[in-house]
Amino acid sequence: MSVKDLIRFNDFSFKYNSRNDKVLENINLSINSNEITVLAGPTGCGKSTLLRAIVGLIPNMYEGEYTGEVIVDGIKIKDAEIKEIAKRVGFVFQNPENQIFMFSVERDIAFGLENLSLEQEIIKKRINEIMETLNITHLAKKAPHELSDGQKQRTALAGVLAMQPKILILDEPTSLLDPKTATEFMELMNKLCKEKGMSIIIVEHRLDLVLKYADKLIILSNGKIISNDTPENVFDYKKDVIPELSIPFSTKLYRELANNSMKFSKPVTGVEDMIKEVKK
Amino acid sequence: MIKFENVNYNHPDGTNALNDINLEIPENSITAIVGNNGAGKTTLVKHINGLLKPTTGTVRIKNEDTRKSSVAELSRNVGMVFQNANHQLFADTVKNEILFGLNNFRFNEEFIKERYDFVIELFKLKKYESISPLKLSGGEKKRVCLASVLAWNPEILILDEPTVGQDELQKTVLLEFINQLHINKKTVIVISHDIEFLWRLQPNIVTMSGGNIVEIGNSEKIFRNEELMNKVGIIPPQIIKIFEGIGIKDEMPLSLEDSCTVIKNLRNS
Repeated sequence: MSVKDLIRFNDFSFKYNSRNDKVLENINLSINSNEITVLAGPTGCGKSTLLRAIVGLIPNMYEGEYTGEVIVDGIKIKDAEIKEIAKRVGFVFQNPENQIFMFSVERDIAFGLENLSLEQEIIKKRINEIMETLNITHLAKKAPHELSDGQKQRTALAGVLAMQPKILILDEPTSLLDPKTATEFMELMNKLCKEKGMSIIIVEHRLDLVLKYADKLIILSNGKIISNDTPENVFDYKKDVIPELSIPFSTKLYRELANNSMKFSKPVTGVEDMIKEVKK
Repeated sequence: MIKFENVNYNHPDGTNALNDINLEIPENSITAIVGNNGAGKTTLVKHINGLLKPTTGTVRIKNEDTRKSSVAELSRNVGMVFQNANHQLFADTVKNEILFGLNNFRFNEEFIKERYDFVIELFKLKKYESISPLKLSGGEKKRVCLASVLAWNPEILILDEPTVGQDELQKTVLLEFINQLHINKKTVIVISHDIEFLWRLQPNIVTMSGGNIVEIGNSEKIFRNEELMNKVGIIPPQIIKIFEGIGIKDEMPLSLEDSCTVIKNLRNS
C-alpha cells in the first residue's frame, strides 16, 4: 500500500557555491511510497540537484546555501549520518563511471554487501541473483574498463540493487541503453515496485519509454515544481505543457487532436491507448 | 567519401568487435547507426577519425587509407562528439574548451571569433563562458562538447548519442543544425538510440548487431521491419506503432500535422 510523505521537501532551496544562481527554490514536495515517480524538465532545471538532496550528497558532498528541510523515511537528511541514509536509499548515478571502481564486476557488486557484514553465502547468492536479473552473469570477471557504457550502467545498478534499498533513485538510467534493453529495464523497475514494494524515483528525458510505468510525473522548470500529478492529468489537453518537455508522440497527437475538437475518453499517454481511441 | 573494405577489428585481448564490415558513406549524406548495446557502433565510428585502425581490411576517408594518416591529420576533417561528455572535456572554462580546437588548427583570429560567437549563441552557452565545464549539468556538458567540435567546422561530423540529456527545444535545435550541415554539404553520422529523434531526421540507417552490419536502408524501410528491429534491439517510433496498429498499410505520415490529417480522414470516412 502506498504511504504519503515517504519523501518530503519543506520550503527547500539550494545554491551551489560554484554557481551564482539558486538551482532549487522554495521546493515543497511530497513523494509517496510504493510508486514509480518520474522527474522531468529542461537541462539544468535542478533535477539532479533534487536527487542529490534526497540521497544526502547535498549538503555532505556539495557545498552551498541550504535552507528548508528534506525528510526521507522519517529522517532529516541535513542532520543524518550517511550510513543511515544509505540503508534506506540506493542511488544510481547518471554516469556509471562515478560509481564503479572495483577490479571486476562481481567484486564491485560485492563491495556494498560486504560493508553490511552479511554472511559470505548470502552475499554470493545475492550477487548471482542480481547478475542474472540484469543479464550480466557473463561479465562477472570482467574489469570495468572492458565494459561498454550500457554494461557499466547495469553493473552500477546491480551494486545498488543488491543492497535491497527501500527507495531507489535513478538519474537517467536508460540514457545509454538501447530501446529494447531500456524497456526490459523499466519492466524490472515496475516489478521491483509492484511486487517488492520498492519506491522508485527516476529522472528521465525519454518519456516515451518510461511514462507507461509512471504513477506520478513531476515536472521541474527553472528550479521550481510546475506539475506533480498522474501523467494523464499532467498531459490533459486543457493544460499547458512547457515546450522543453519531450512528450511522447502518442500524447502530442492526442493533445493536437483533442484541441481540434476530437473526443477522447481520457488523456492518452501511450501507443496502445491511442490505437484504442482511434478504433472506437 | 568514407569506405570500409572487409574491415575486421579485434580488441587487444583478442575478442572480435567488428566482423567483415563493408560500408560506403557518401559525401553530403546523413547516416544513422543503430543497434543494441555492444553491437560495435562506437568501435565502427572510431575507425573514421583514426582513433582505431582495422586489424585487417582498409578504411579510406576521401581515398586516404587511415593507416597512413595520424589522428591529428584526420581530425581536421573528421570531428567527433563522444557519447560520454566527461571523456571529452578538459579545459578550465567553457570558453577555453571551445577555443582549444580552433587555436590548435591555427585558424586566423577573425575566423576564430566568428565561429566562437556562432556556436556559443547556438548552444545557449554564453552565461557559462567562464565556468568550468565539469561543473555543468549532464545535458549542458553535452552541449559544450557539441559546440567545441562544431566550432572548427569539420567536413565529416560524428555524433555519438547527441540527444542524451537534451530537452525537446535543444533536440529541435540539434535537428535543424544537422539539416543545416547537410545543406552546407557536410557528411553527418549519428549514433543514436533516440528513435523518435531519428524519425524526425529521416537519415539513411545502418543497423548493427554483434559486430556485423545487418541491414542498410531508409528510415521507413528499416523501422517498419519488425523482425529486424527485434534483432538489433530497437523499438519502432511511436508514429509507426500507432498507424500500423490502426491498420495503415501504405506510407506512414511523417509529421504530427500529417498524422492528424490521416486520423481525421479515418474518422470521417
